[in-house]
Amino acid sequence: MTAEATPSALGAAVAGPDGSGPGAAGRARPARSGAAYARYVAGKLGGAAVSLLAVLVTSFFLFRLIPGDPVKFMTGGRPVSAEQIAAYRREFGLDLPMWRQFTQYCGKALTGDLGTSYQFHVPVTDKIAEALPNTLLLTGTAFVLYTALGVFLGTRSAWRHGRLGDRLHTGLALTLYSIPSFWLGLLLIIVLSVGAGPVPGLFPTGGMESGGKEGFAYVVDVVHHLVLPVVTLVAVEYGQTLLVTRSALLDEMGGDYLTTARAKGLRDDLVRRRHAVPNAMLPTVTLIFVNLGRTVAGVILVETVFSWPGLGGLFYQALSVPDLPLVQGLFFVFAAAVIVMNTLADLLYPLLDPRVGR
Amino acid sequence: MNTQDQHGRGRRGRTGRRPGRTRLLAAAGAGALLLASGLAAPAASAAQQSGAAGDGHGDKVLTVAVAQSVDSLSPFLAVRLLSTSVSRLMYEYLTNYDPKDAHAVPGLATKWESSPDKLTWTYTIRSNSKWSDGQQATAEDAAWTFNKMMTDPGAATANGSFVTNFAKVTAPSPTQLVIRLKKPQATMTALDVPIVPKHIWEKVQDFSKFNNDKSFPIVGNGPFVLTDYKPDSYVKLKANKDFWRGAPKFDELVFRYYKDQDAAVAALRKGEVSFVAGSPSLTPAQAASLKGEKDIHVNEGPGRRFYALATNPGAQAKDGTKFGDGDPSLLDERVRHALFMAVDRKTIVDKVFQGHAVEGQGYIPPRFSSYYWQPSAGQELAYDPAKAGQLLDQAGYKKNADGKRVGKDGKPLDYRVLCHATDPNDKAVGKYLQEWWGELGIGVTLDCLDNVTDPWLAGKYDLAFDGWSVNPDPDFVLSIHTCAARPQTPKDTGATDNFICDKTYDQLYAQQLAEYDPAKRADLVKRMESRLYDLGYMNVMAYPNAVEAYRTDQIESITTMPSAAGNIYGQDGYWSWWSAVPADSDGSSGGGTSTGVVIGIVAGVVVLGGLAVLFAVRRRATAEDRE
Repeated sequence: MTAEATPSALGAAVAGPDGSGPGAAGRARPARSGAAYARYVAGKLGGAAVSLLAVLVTSFFLFRLIPGDPVKFMTGGRPVSAEQIAAYRREFGLDLPMWRQFTQYCGKALTGDLGTSYQFHVPVTDKIAEALPNTLLLTGTAFVLYTALGVFLGTRSAWRHGRLGDRLHTGLALTLYSIPSFWLGLLLIIVLSVGAGPVPGLFPTGGMESGGKEGFAYVVDVVHHLVLPVVTLVAVEYGQTLLVTRSALLDEMGGDYLTTARAKGLRDDLVRRRHAVPNAMLPTVTLIFVNLGRTVAGVILVETVFSWPGLGGLFYQALSVPDLPLVQGLFFVFAAAVIVMNTLADLLYPLLDPRVGR
Repeated sequence: MNTQDQHGRGRRGRTGRRPGRTRLLAAAGAGALLLASGLAAPAASAAQQSGAAGDGHGDKVLTVAVAQSVDSLSPFLAVRLLSTSVSRLMYEYLTNYDPKDAHAVPGLATKWESSPDKLTWTYTIRSNSKWSDGQQATAEDAAWTFNKMMTDPGAATANGSFVTNFAKVTAPSPTQLVIRLKKPQATMTALDVPIVPKHIWEKVQDFSKFNNDKSFPIVGNGPFVLTDYKPDSYVKLKANKDFWRGAPKFDELVFRYYKDQDAAVAALRKGEVSFVAGSPSLTPAQAASLKGEKDIHVNEGPGRRFYALATNPGAQAKDGTKFGDGDPSLLDERVRHALFMAVDRKTIVDKVFQGHAVEGQGYIPPRFSSYYWQPSAGQELAYDPAKAGQLLDQAGYKKNADGKRVGKDGKPLDYRVLCHATDPNDKAVGKYLQEWWGELGIGVTLDCLDNVTDPWLAGKYDLAFDGWSVNPDPDFVLSIHTCAARPQTPKDTGATDNFICDKTYDQLYAQQLAEYDPAKRADLVKRMESRLYDLGYMNVMAYPNAVEAYRTDQIESITTMPSAAGNIYGQDGYWSWWSAVPADSDGSSGGGTSTGVVIGIVAGVVVLGGLAVLFAVRRRATAEDRE
């Protein structure tokens, strides 16, 4: 990353005097940083493309290391003849030498074909497309909520650090952050879903829908199923955002510019919102994009406890065979999401803080 | 500047608070929505709960929580227990198994007979079975199904082994199906092949990719018709009112996928599901917690699996090449018997399975009564450590000064036991083996691996934890111990279990496969079991029970298999779901609705009140700040 940043900074330094007239340094800045930004963007995009390609290649070899024979797993416990086992191998292409399998895989992958799942007998892309919206609905909703909650409470806590509210919030966030999500999920099921004592069972115990509903009733049904898993995820995840936001803001709290702002007579709320928070956002933005990249991978434990039909559960099912095409495809999608989000974050930094990428 | 800022402050102060208020409003709104959806819950789920009279149409719904998702709904591809169970409900098979003792009873075929040369089987197809689209199910459908499996490798994916010995299948008339065999095969009344409607399936292009899950309802002729399916979520079936054996009592059957069994148990407690499948079995803790519960019945039936310890007999391929590194001392029958006699099977059942298993003896579990075999008094290798010691002494493995058994070559006996890292039972039994065999002077190393397949297929083990699920027709579990099941060369994969190859056993196997008289065949099978027992390569330690549970306020009665005491989910046949009678009571967790609403409202008021207080406090705080 530094290697990429340095040339663009150099480029900016070189392009600067040429692109701008003498003595117009102040006004020339946008033009100069514009060119620099373009180079910065190109560098980042190139890096991302290389990473994606690397992921495509490694995912093939990485999962060949998983112990276990998919054919043996799929035929296990059933009457199968030796001929049938051979037929399976042929169908899956496992009878070919490794390099042939690899070239076939690469050739197909470049045309967008990630192969056919061994156990589900459907194209991997179809299987992923089927579960992706479910995962995004769950993790996306949770992401928006825990990020908003984390940033909101984090800034509050930092601004009034050391006071009761801060201590309460950080304490609670840390406690929830350290709770295993599946345990919290089960607890919520027992209390809020089955009902305990005076608390009635308010929410369904699992799944994404009851089935057989359409239109608005369907939406309500899905939202109803969504509540507990989202609450679990938000409870476990918001602490991280809160703590990062809080510590970043605390670092800024002593800044002279805040004293200046206050000296101007600005109201405290405004000093915080207009001056302190924007400067403290960089670590939080990084975290937000890291989290955003992770939303695609789903959350295996929460998906399992609440029987959510998402990618996390699919990955688990694929690994246990191992269903190589599906595992590879999912791994690629997960990695791609992280790479894309990190690249987006990289692209966003210079806009947030002009010092980045110069 | 100053005034401007003051003005600004005033102005911004107000507008500045407004977002705060909007946020608060938004939060309150979100909270209200959350509560509303919570309140919608009791109303909605109560409808489903109440005696399983769901959907508000007064339909009786039976919801089954299963721990497995569907791999494919195509009967040509499906291999998972859930999917094959669903196939059973959607399509008739030629024959079915009696719920009492699993003998063959009519299915799509009303009767069957074999020719004197044992090579031709003629089935009479019933004329009172209709496909759900109104067309008659005929012998032509059956012939087409079998022929497709014989000619299209894609259609042979799941059940191809059933037709490998078929020479020709024809339908001379709509009620007559003729199967010509290459050589005699006694399993012809146990063909677990769903017969599909030709007029629907002949349009399918690629059988290896067609999953039968796009257009609903799916045409079938079983007791239920599949009407809806969401991957990783649920499978819905409606009762087939025209089913020839009689309509099921429940109107709808739903298999709902619960990835976590604790959550499934919670759903049963709540009444959201009527039944929790015992595959895998409920844990002893789950069973114990449900036993005291009102309106819940825990059903414990004999399982169809055996749990055994397999011994490496010196792996050998069919071409005669020896491979692997099984301990040569195990080739001595006395050593194997000594190991057998130093295993206390009762302790394993009591302590490891906590009583949820039956002590093992013969190869085939007792639920298959016609094939169940027990060793005679003189034959039995009962728990007797002293006698085991004597046997080892006789075999030439005497204890040395350190108390270790040492062979003539001076090497101490030390066995590697292959165990599944994912199975806690393996580990627990392994500990006992270390203790029991340790007292005999034999060292035990447990190799607990995620993947036991690789060392297993390579013959690199001394003993290994083993287990198979047994079908009503035992042919397959018997075949995996024949010489022919071994791999062609060490590089190939055979169908063998643990490389056993015994002439006597093989002769009996061939005889039973050609024996069409059920009683005589059962006798041959028992002799095979006896031979297997004497060889001492397979120590069947236990038959784990199937433990499952259902709500008695939703299901009044349901057939188990075997009917005297058996399991419900995963039967060989559709008896359980077809026979299940809904309970009259529509009560269940009834009162929940009104209390739910009241408590929901109270909670809502408390939350909103709390928000209001918070807001007021904040306003005062900002006011103070301003001053």
